[in-house]
Amino acid sequence: MATERVTQILEAAAVAAGNGGTVPQSLCAACADALPISGVGLALMSERGHEGLVAATDGPATVMEELQFSLGEGPCMDASTLGRPVLQPDLRDTGPQRWPGFGPAALEAGIEAIFALPLQVGRIRLGVLDLYRDSPGPLTPDQLTEGLSYADAAATVLLNLQDRQPLNGELHPDLIDPSQNLAEVHQATGMIAVQAAVGLTEALLLLRANAYGSERGILAAAYEVLQHRLRFDVEDGHHE
Amino acid sequence: MTERQPRMASQQRLVEVFVELADTLVDDYDVIDLLHTLTEVTVELLDAQAAGLMLADQRGNVQVVASSSEESRVLELFELQHAQGPCIDSYRQGQQVINVDAAEAERRWPGLGAAVESSNFTSVHALPMRLRSTVVGAMNIFLTRTGELSDEDIALGQGLADIATIGLLQERAVKEQHILGEQLQGALNSRVLIEQAKGMFAERHGIEMSRAFTTMRAHARNTGRPLLAVANQVIDGTFDAEPLMRT
Repeated sequence: MATERVTQILEAAAVAAGNGGTVPQSLCAACADALPISGVGLALMSERGHEGLVAATDGPATVMEELQFSLGEGPCMDASTLGRPVLQPDLRDTGPQRWPGFGPAALEAGIEAIFALPLQVGRIRLGVLDLYRDSPGPLTPDQLTEGLSYADAAATVLLNLQDRQPLNGELHPDLIDPSQNLAEVHQATGMIAVQAAVGLTEALLLLRANAYGSERGILAAAYEVLQHRLRFDVEDGHHE
Repeated sequence: MTERQPRMASQQRLVEVFVELADTLVDDYDVIDLLHTLTEVTVELLDAQAAGLMLADQRGNVQVVASSSEESRVLELFELQHAQGPCIDSYRQGQQVINVDAAEAERRWPGLGAAVESSNFTSVHALPMRLRSTVVGAMNIFLTRTGELSDEDIALGQGLADIATIGLLQERAVKEQHILGEQLQGALNSRVLIEQAKGMFAERHGIEMSRAFTTMRAHARNTGRPLLAVANQVIDGTFDAEPLMRT
């Protein structure tokens, strides 16, 4: 099941990071090993755009991320603003027209295919996981599924980085709560954003913190918010 | 007790719906709004209680992208089918799963049948969302009335599911697998964004979620803008809803 795979990926990354390196680095390395691709880059994004590189497996991945950052264009940026993956199995064919600055430069760096997977929860833009290959060709549906599982894991990692919750080989069960993708959770996130006068990302972190703190799942916490039993108003912090 | 109107009386309504959908598809259209419309039309024309469109999330499961109802019991039934159920079966096999009552549902997918029954639904059905050899999800239908979906109902429902698929993929896109991947993930993420906007809108104006949704949607239609754009405005805080809330 999808959540099991994401859990496996996170656990493996946490363990690998315990042996030196960071969780994001381990995640990128594992992803590059798991798929027929040449390298992986994990970029931080926000409403403003590309906020910098979190981790990359090698030279070309770093070059790819830095190009997008400095040029302000590329599959990574598009994936984030469009809110969907940007899959370019043949960069030589479509790249230069679509990204006049990034396209030729990426090709020159030896990159022939890019698969940019946005790390997002609706409007919450956390980052992008960029997979690239030095030869053209698409990802098969199974490979895309695996890539998306890595993206889900990376999104969890970035969400926790924002929350300053280190993944020291210990994973809170709610981190990968399967019910976190339910409509009720998203609605509650919106309600909290208005109550606490914060952005959606912060609102989601508040909801998650409440779920962990009161030892109930994120869905239960969301129901409390939806049924107006739990509020996150600015003055009082939160109260029931 | 009055007899129910024979369903043939809805012939005129069928024509209206057909023309409306055709008009929508030949023009620039709002995909999310279309998907919602199709779930509502399905409920109306099949005399069903609830309908939802479930899309493959490309991680092995399906997720609801549009529903005819905001009721939590309905949403829960969709969520219960994330990893097993008639929709997953329909999606994986590209086959219709028809006229399954609560007892049979419980045998085939433990937990689901019980939930169907406790929600006062009598039967559950799933029709594959198909375009040539590609299956992208399934249309989920729930009845509370006695009786089954007739052959006519099934054909109509399948037609509506097919329109949903075409609307989502925009026919030309299916030829390139990677565009399919982009479209599906985009639709699923758009839905999350709309849910977030609903929460913000409902809280800001002290109204129910369903009213928040219908207000946003009506405004999108009245101004000829996509629902997603209105949802983004709500999130950005640039959507002035005061004039709408006064009515």
